Amino acid sequence: MSQKFTTLTSLAAPLLEDNIDTDIIIPSREMKTTGKTGLAAGLFAGRRYLGARTPDPDFILNRPGFGAAAIIIAGDNFGCGSSREHAVWALLEYGIRAVIAPGFAPIFAGNAVNNGLLPLVLPRAAIAILAAASGPLHIDLPAQRVSCAGSDFKFAVTAEAKAQLLEGLDPIDLTLQHAASIAVWQADDRQRRPWVYL
Amino acid sequence: MPSLFDKLWDSHVIAAMPGGASLIAIDRVFLHERTGAAALNSLAAAGRAVADPARAFAAMDHIVDTFPGRSDVTQMPGGTAFITETRAAARAAGIRLFDIGDPDQGIVHVVSPELGIILPGLTLVAPDSHSCTQGAFGALAWGIGTSAAEHALATGSLRLQRPPSMRVSFGGRLPAGVTAKDMALALIAAHGAAGGQGHAIEFAGPAVMALAMEARMTLCNMATEFAAFTGFIAPDAVTFDWLHGRRYAPSGALWDRAVAAWRGLVSDADAVFDREIHVDVSDLAPMVSWGTSPAQAVPLGAPIPVFSGPGSRAAHDKALAYMGLAEGQSLIGLPIDAAFIGSCTNSRLSDLERAAAIVVGRRVAAGVRAIVVPGSSAVKRAAEARGLDRIFIDAGFEWRESGCSMCFFAGGESFGAGQRVISSTNRNFESRQGLGTRSHIASPETVAASAINGCIAAA
Repeated sequence: MSQKFTTLTSLAAPLLEDNIDTDIIIPSREMKTTGKTGLAAGLFAGRRYLGARTPDPDFILNRPGFGAAAIIIAGDNFGCGSSREHAVWALLEYGIRAVIAPGFAPIFAGNAVNNGLLPLVLPRAAIAILAAASGPLHIDLPAQRVSCAGSDFKFAVTAEAKAQLLEGLDPIDLTLQHAASIAVWQADDRQRRPWVYL
Repeated sequence: MPSLFDKLWDSHVIAAMPGGASLIAIDRVFLHERTGAAALNSLAAAGRAVADPARAFAAMDHIVDTFPGRSDVTQMPGGTAFITETRAAARAAGIRLFDIGDPDQGIVHVVSPELGIILPGLTLVAPDSHSCTQGAFGALAWGIGTSAAEHALATGSLRLQRPPSMRVSFGGRLPAGVTAKDMALALIAAHGAAGGQGHAIEFAGPAVMALAMEARMTLCNMATEFAAFTGFIAPDAVTFDWLHGRRYAPSGALWDRAVAAWRGLVSDADAVFDREIHVDVSDLAPMVSWGTSPAQAVPLGAPIPVFSGPGSRAAHDKALAYMGLAEGQSLIGLPIDAAFIGSCTNSRLSDLERAAAIVVGRRVAAGVRAIVVPGSSAVKRAAEARGLDRIFIDAGFEWRESGCSMCFFAGGESFGAGQRVISSTNRNFESRQGLGTRSHIASPETVAASAINGCIAAA
């Protein structure tokens, strides 16, 4: 289901504002289909275009060299706001595979892992160094390290998220292996809290 | 020793998963037409069924418009497909849908409590960040994405890392005219939009327990604007009285048994939290946002602060430029183009009653577009039975059908570029209410008073 993530070498586009919300990542008006695709053109639409889809040359992803960036470096609380998974789908469809930030909104981080986008948390000081790097960054998920020329940082990731990203696992398949446990739990719960079951 | 959060969490752990996550039982899933079709069609395509359709619900709120006489056709390009595909998918899955024209239609987080779908001690998830609203009933309710919604529907569970806990204790007595919305904005302004990042937050203290049920929902609604995992309040007599007799709530002996269990849903006196914040509400004033994050808010009448961090100076300046404002400027008297009362934050009957009390016998200022969108069809009927619709209409407000409406792009409607809007909603994000629109969020009272005055004004 989701894309696997092991290592990635790419230029990183700095977008160092705090609170880049999912309305900025993809505005509601750009979510035009009931499916999960066809969203890349709407990515950062409010900032990426001048008027009728003319690229704004000042927007980071439109600057020379950054069009192929697969990493975004952002400020704190990236992905706050609406729970729309379209934000993650649009980033991936555009070609972004990792976002590095001091922190992520919890719903966005969950959505990212479920689709193979790495939400990579680092302190602001480390992010400032990576954002100032002139060359590409290298992310090594198995080793949990991210580096640029001259610097190298360890990052934390939960074992569950790491396994899911490395293997591209479908969590529904994993959970359905516990179907018997769920059924037993619900049967007991029906006795404890019968009003829950409609 | 255990906190309310410990009790809610521990009572839903089915099993420990390898890698440190827990498999958490999900009692209710609530969908809407923005993502309902995507989730249900994706499940069906994978050959998976909804495990227990009787505990899943759906409402039309995110795409449907709020014009009188509305249909499946909205101003939103491609919007009709969201409505018709969600309807078809809900029917195929056997999920109860509160459809256009249904007397129970409305915003998910208004309808679910009204019908007693949310109850104390439950876990509820919905593909909507404001699901935390329903934590007001002593439940764990949180927003998820589409993939997680599919997971919850297919398995009756979610795999989750246990979030850290926080207690926000509100002490003191709320001054007259200051509301739960102001409490939330004051908290977020003081601690930042990431201040609660990832935490399960119990709102507690005498000023919280003194709030009426609908005000508690307003407070919990804003937990997601604090970057929390969710927010919740211990259930008490206020909660039980509000829920008693609602359609999906237990009745008779089962009600008594449920209430007996729910009385235990409190944090023990010696409960421990990963973080604690104390707020004294006695000195709070009505709040209004000046920037493009809910953290960028000040008491009405206070000047826009000079930048003092955290975050970047550039973002602060960018917000000021977007809003067309300057440091040191007071928001009082700032001319507005529009006023909006609605959304899952502030669209319930008590919200409309308080706004109507300010509007009654007065007129919306010339040149201001003013709109009221009741949170549900039931709220609309109850408001009309009390004559509130006449008060708003006579004053010059538009009186709408229920839905999310112009909180964002619902129904394909938005405000214009550069327009200044005061709004009882939850997000003043850049272009949230329209491309280039400048949003100021505040309580319904402040919105109503501003509509009358034609500028940001105190009620």
